[in-house]
Amino acid sequence: MTAAAEYTLAELCIVAASKSFADEGEVLGTGIGVVPRLAASLAMKTTNPDLMMTDSEAWMLSEPNPIGSRAADFVPSTESWMGFSRIFDNVWSRKRHAMLGPTQIDKFGQSNTSALGGSYDKPKTMMLGARGFPGNSISHPNSFFVPAHNTRVFKEGECDFVSSIGYNPARLPKGHSLDDIDIRLVITNLCVMDFGGPDHQIRLVSLHPGVTVEEVQKNTGYTLHIPADVPTTEAPTQEQLDIIIALDPHNQRAHQILDNPPGNRS
Amino acid sequence: MNKQMTATEVVAQLENGMTIGIGGWGPRRKPMALVREILRSDVRDLTIVSYGGADVGMLCAAGKVKKVVFAFVSLDFIPLEPYFRQARQSGSIEVMEIDEGMMLLGLRAASWGIPFIPTEVGLGTDVITQNPDIKVIDSPYDEKEWVAMPALKLDASLIHADKADMRGVCQIAGPDHYMDDWFARAAAKTFVSCDELVESEYFHDPAQARMVHWERSMTTGVVPIAGGAHPTSCSPLYGFDVPHFKAYAASAKAEGGFKDYAQKYLGATEQEYQKNVGGLDAIRAIELATY
Repeated sequence: MTAAAEYTLAELCIVAASKSFADEGEVLGTGIGVVPRLAASLAMKTTNPDLMMTDSEAWMLSEPNPIGSRAADFVPSTESWMGFSRIFDNVWSRKRHAMLGPTQIDKFGQSNTSALGGSYDKPKTMMLGARGFPGNSISHPNSFFVPAHNTRVFKEGECDFVSSIGYNPARLPKGHSLDDIDIRLVITNLCVMDFGGPDHQIRLVSLHPGVTVEEVQKNTGYTLHIPADVPTTEAPTQEQLDIIIALDPHNQRAHQILDNPPGNRS
Repeated sequence: MNKQMTATEVVAQLENGMTIGIGGWGPRRKPMALVREILRSDVRDLTIVSYGGADVGMLCAAGKVKKVVFAFVSLDFIPLEPYFRQARQSGSIEVMEIDEGMMLLGLRAASWGIPFIPTEVGLGTDVITQNPDIKVIDSPYDEKEWVAMPALKLDASLIHADKADMRGVCQIAGPDHYMDDWFARAAAKTFVSCDELVESEYFHDPAQARMVHWERSMTTGVVPIAGGAHPTSCSPLYGFDVPHFKAYAASAKAEGGFKDYAQKYLGATEQEYQKNVGGLDAIRAIELATY
């Protein structure tokens, strides 16, 4: 497949993020937010047709729904009921891979979706709350999407509040091994990373076109493992772009990364 | 047994310091008319257990809340609930912040009359370190440690359903009944507001009876209030009120705050409230959200 001539950074991220779901087989792919949802949907349409997906409300679908308002005669390909209580049966059976966008991610891969700054009793900024992050992180693989890669998100030291378990030996529960924790890809507006460095250190997997190693390191509050050869993130193919356009007919992806930059910034 | 009652009679059964469970999820199918009746009352020092939205925000803003047991408080399309945020950031409420699934387990433990349910959910995170009351225990069957999620016993639950009969058979015809069945089971008393009161014969059709998610013995009282979930949704009858939530969120940034919001909308009765938000027909005309 040849790369498309033009594509946006959001589209590059969607294609890169879809790789998280490619080899997962028959699990529930949950993408929260436009880019993660399109990533899971693209995987279901291309690399992993066995992936399962919900309509983000209460039904399982055989085919992903396009995002946003749909024609009055649109018929979703419903295959089963999947209300929120049943989601937890799925999570705890481990047949799921979720991609979410936390507010902070520390060097252990621990993430924060709750209290920021101040004290826990009186935080400076209160976000959503722990949500399902504690359960997700100890039950099944997870990936992260970060639309603005900076040192506030990838902060020095531990997260202000740890919503999800990571590769932190000091917090490892009795009888568990760090290998039980399974954080996959971290896709940002600058690069793709994982926790495949020595002792689960965060590692640079690929740089988006036109981004340098220095730029990524400068915007990360802790040291990255940089392999000898860091490839460039693969550009989307026209076939992938056509599928993305069909899945996102109102172009909501254009509003996910500040100023909707082009994918190639070199 | 006729369980029909009024919202005022429901709130008369609530006491200061009680632990109250609230059904629904974020901006979806919340028993808002019952919440509003609490706002009009002098009940206070409540502990609220909720998959929270404006129910939690309004009760916090009105000074009714001592403690919130939560995994999130959100209006979905407005991710951060403005008044819950203010309450947290001013340090004015106690919290028990847990995982969404832990809340489900806590409700199940309370429903089944057991002190806790073991789970690995929460291990290694701050929902354990920030909640010294949640114990981590050894297992009699393996070498691992487990979170002992305690029963979340509720003095009362408040739920909104589409339809109910006067005996407390309640139907939720929307796509998801969320954890409402567990809220009904976990509580000493469960009060259900409904959009429509129906005759018991309505449920003789198995297709209708299939959408009844708990037995009537779990229902203490039934309060017919058409549009009673507003401004939250009651699918398939009506969606959540986006302009109203925007005005609510904006009020949190204005000088008058919640006082002005309540002054403008709350009214002395639910009839006044509905008049202030444009009437029942306007509520019923609100389109469902597309996800």
